[in-house]
Amino acid sequence: MAVLVVAAHDGKTVRSNVANAVTAASQMGPEVHVLVAGSNAGEAAKSAAAIQGVAKVLNAEDAAYANWLAEDVAPLVVKLAPNYSHIVMAADSVGKNVAPRVAALLDVAQVSEAIKVEAPDTFVRPIYAGNAMATVQTADKIKVVTVRPTNFKAAATGGSAPVEQIGGTGAGGLASYVGAELSKSERPELTSAKIVVSGGRGLASGENFKMLEALADKLGAGLGASRAAVDAGYVPNDYQVGQTGKVVAPDLYIAIGISGAIQHLAGMKDSKTIVAINKDEEAPIFQVADYGIVGDLFQIVPELTAAVEKK
Amino acid sequence: MKVLVAVKRVIDYNVKIRVKADNTGVETANVKMSMNPFDEIAVEEAIRMKEKGQATEIIAFSAGPAQCQETIRTALAMGADRGVLVQTDAELQPLAVAKLMKAVVDKEQPGLVIVGKQAIDDDSNQTGQMLAALLGWSQGTFANKLNVADGSAEVKREVDGGLENIKIKLPAVITTDLRLNEPRYASLPNIMKAKKKPIEVLAPDALGVDIAPRLKVLKVEEPPKRKSGIKVKTVAELVDKLKNEAGVI
Repeated sequence: MAVLVVAAHDGKTVRSNVANAVTAASQMGPEVHVLVAGSNAGEAAKSAAAIQGVAKVLNAEDAAYANWLAEDVAPLVVKLAPNYSHIVMAADSVGKNVAPRVAALLDVAQVSEAIKVEAPDTFVRPIYAGNAMATVQTADKIKVVTVRPTNFKAAATGGSAPVEQIGGTGAGGLASYVGAELSKSERPELTSAKIVVSGGRGLASGENFKMLEALADKLGAGLGASRAAVDAGYVPNDYQVGQTGKVVAPDLYIAIGISGAIQHLAGMKDSKTIVAINKDEEAPIFQVADYGIVGDLFQIVPELTAAVEKK
Repeated sequence: MKVLVAVKRVIDYNVKIRVKADNTGVETANVKMSMNPFDEIAVEEAIRMKEKGQATEIIAFSAGPAQCQETIRTALAMGADRGVLVQTDAELQPLAVAKLMKAVVDKEQPGLVIVGKQAIDDDSNQTGQMLAALLGWSQGTFANKLNVADGSAEVKREVDGGLENIKIKLPAVITTDLRLNEPRYASLPNIMKAKKKPIEVLAPDALGVDIAPRLKVLKVEEPPKRKSGIKVKTVAELVDKLKNEAGVI
């Protein structure tokens, strides 16, 4: 049986993590289909069809799907589910919202944030903020799985799967979309950036994050933060890296003024190279850092910004 | 309107957990246990609704071993009115907890259920959404702000790109994110008062719910350790290492 990847998108393209989810899905079954539900999502459906390894794209058009309300999208996925062995979503804010609703409607368990596919019914997932790894096996006929995108390589583009139009299931009237307050940024998206510059309580104010922006812009990096910095109001919530925020695994993670609570480490310790800049040499962040500098970040960061070449 | 909140007993967030030597799970014996931090936020939100006159009664629900009564007592000390414990020593997974909660919701008929968005032990982030599905209710997940009005609720949600506003019909399930509020500490007089508040204890069988785990845990292991790195003295040295040793800039 085929595996169905449910893709989030912005109307024009599917999210970049769909390519990672396709890789995970291809390890679960012989054929991968992608569902692109939306209102005027034809372009997004085409972008899904271009992901290598996708055998078919299902494009469901319905005004009800315009804003990805779980109450309206879940019934569509449930309707399609009997044709599939697995329902797969990236473990982002859309997948985390929709997938459990689908699983409960199907009366099956969900495997959350799988980081490895051991067998079609067996997955490895982090628990306790990544301080333990559980290998779990599901006996359910339809397996609902969210996958952590950073643990699966993105499938390449260049495919040309057929796009099939399917009917929608309409609006249930339980929820309606009002609007969004999205952070505007020209920088690379945090979870897919090659380099991430991240700031913590040590920055002492939102104003001081400008210093990190300068470094990030020079490196072509995404900008992140610890929970402490978000709670203090220095930066918006979508900057948060950690157990309950975003999980990143860039080639280079630069932690600035971040002490390194286990909840933060959970979101970044899979980074290839970690740099820590902190005035407290006992800070736990140094235990996971490949390179650490003990010192005043207000001196070190501008110096570092001046020393690196513009990307 | 009655509000039902769910509180889970988990290993305290400050404890460094240890994987059992036989790889069957995580050591919980003689470890400090506390209320799941996201559930504290759920309790606080319900209390604020009561203080604003929007909630008439707050019921604190938990499921698990007898010691979960302590977790419920914490919620009662914060300001919840009474507790319901579905007591079992069996392993409980999110779908089973959602079904137990549904049975209690069917009985109690709250107008709103507030739960933490995830528990910091299994990190599943499922129960609230599953409960909403089983009840056929709307769901306001990862709530950053909650505004309950007549028959509906406005929820500001923390999403990947920032914040999103939705309007949902009541009854509904809300799951809390970190910025929804800052939970209060229970005062000593309130801790004393909480001892007299009632906790109803039920058995899963009595609710007619099959709680058998659907996921079999084959093993639990330590994550791979990062080898410890080095400290460098100067920015020049750091840039050199990043360029020539790590090859990342």
